[in-house]
Amino acid sequence: MREVAVIGIGVTQFGELWDHSFRQVGIQAGLEAVYDANLSGSEIDAMYIGNMSSGRFIDQHHIGALIADYSGMASHNVPSTRIEAAGASGSLAFRQGVMAVASGMHDVVVVGGAEKMTDVSDDQSNFILNSAADQQWESMMGATFASLHAMIARRYMHEGYATREQIASVAVKNHLHGAMNPKAQFQRAIKLDAVLRSPIVADPLTMFDCSPISDGAAAVVLCPLEKAYEYTDNPVKVLGTGQASDTLALYQRDDICSFNATKVATRMALEIADVTINDIDLVEVHDDYTISELLALEDMGFFPRGKAGEAVESGETEITGSIPVNTSGGLKARGNPIGATGVAQIVEIVAQLRGDADKRQVKDASVGMAQSIGGTGSTAVISILGAI
Amino acid sequence: MTVARFWRDIPSRYNLYGTRCDSCDKVYFPVRHICPGCRRSSIGRMQRHRLSGKGRVHSFSVVHDAPPHMSSLKPYAVAIVEMDEGVKVTGQLVDVDIGEIDIGMGVEAVLRKIGEEGQDGIIHYGFKFAPRLD
Repeated sequence: MREVAVIGIGVTQFGELWDHSFRQVGIQAGLEAVYDANLSGSEIDAMYIGNMSSGRFIDQHHIGALIADYSGMASHNVPSTRIEAAGASGSLAFRQGVMAVASGMHDVVVVGGAEKMTDVSDDQSNFILNSAADQQWESMMGATFASLHAMIARRYMHEGYATREQIASVAVKNHLHGAMNPKAQFQRAIKLDAVLRSPIVADPLTMFDCSPISDGAAAVVLCPLEKAYEYTDNPVKVLGTGQASDTLALYQRDDICSFNATKVATRMALEIADVTINDIDLVEVHDDYTISELLALEDMGFFPRGKAGEAVESGETEITGSIPVNTSGGLKARGNPIGATGVAQIVEIVAQLRGDADKRQVKDASVGMAQSIGGTGSTAVISILGAI
Repeated sequence: MTVARFWRDIPSRYNLYGTRCDSCDKVYFPVRHICPGCRRSSIGRMQRHRLSGKGRVHSFSVVHDAPPHMSSLKPYAVAIVEMDEGVKVTGQLVDVDIGEIDIGMGVEAVLRKIGEEGQDGIIHYGFKFAPRLD
């Protein structure tokens, strides 16, 4: 297998982008990544697009061809494939792109992720998100996606793993980071009290425990490491990836306070990358809800079970802490346009490893990691990248 | 949703029919055709198995932000219930003051309306959970 490098990154503003259509945001991120990689466009061999539910958000399927067409690649007949794994769609598209380059099948691959969520009402948008869970035996029985995470949070507190305040402190920390990210949906720091007192979505979780509904897109360009310097002076190496599945429904698990798929995918990625968890300098995790970040940090092995809440509360996961988590602001503050999210995590890690993260820059960052989840831990994707 | 899509699940929705693996005795809900533990040796040996309907609350949430077709019920409680057979099931909690729900509370399945296809469509019935009387 060939070694793979990221040679270009691009990400749009995340938020309620009323004046931008799905195809506009998708193209904007792609072009930024292609310019960043100093490509003319004709070098592109293939495209992979992460997208969860354009069929229900904008009544449009066949996203692969649409993005290839509007990025001007239709006349080049570039193969373009849409990848779907709910919240992990973008990270899975990235993994597919890495595999395509590593295998020798393609040389220059553009990986994009995009979602346009505000062309339907908030109610409708939340209803569509429920389809990441088991539609027949969770959603139809009255469980919303937020309430599934609320049940995880309640059981997690019941077991004594964290206090309500420690769970809420994830949102405070991610808003602090988002305030330093000019592309983030929310760029204001918040206080713990604001999280606890915001309207209840699914008890015990409030509005500020939940990632927002967002529009946005992100893209990266991949090529074999041996060819990377033909295009750029600052390539970042893909050290390893991992992917794992678990039951579709949360209730089918013996333990709802841990996502086994995260553990398995992490082991796989660390082994391929030939690093240990202690070598990781920063990590982007899938904080679709505050509680998810605590599960992620424990399942990946950064903290023992029941210790992540304490660590977040004490500042260990801030940019200046021992393991900076979600320097971009995470899904909570940067925003969560579902299909774009996993790719945006890679964009943040690459920016950090290049030393281009401005106010958010983690000192001496050389190995970064991203964790992405589809559903309630039904798909997990892990990516590890390294500075060269 | 067409009538058939709902109708074919009626045994599970009305009477909590799942399956039991004849090879390892483990019970599943809803129906599975392959036992994740026994896989190949379970094929053709998955038996129809009706749950007792009794169990305990493993975790729960009170939903305040509900999709449009559920909004007339809010706030309503939803739970993951650990059934006496060991398998877990997700359903709404009814006939209980929301403030009195707790992890470990004994519940049993009751048949209720769980949805409808708009104003003129069919009504869907299925199980919810109510506090156990015994």
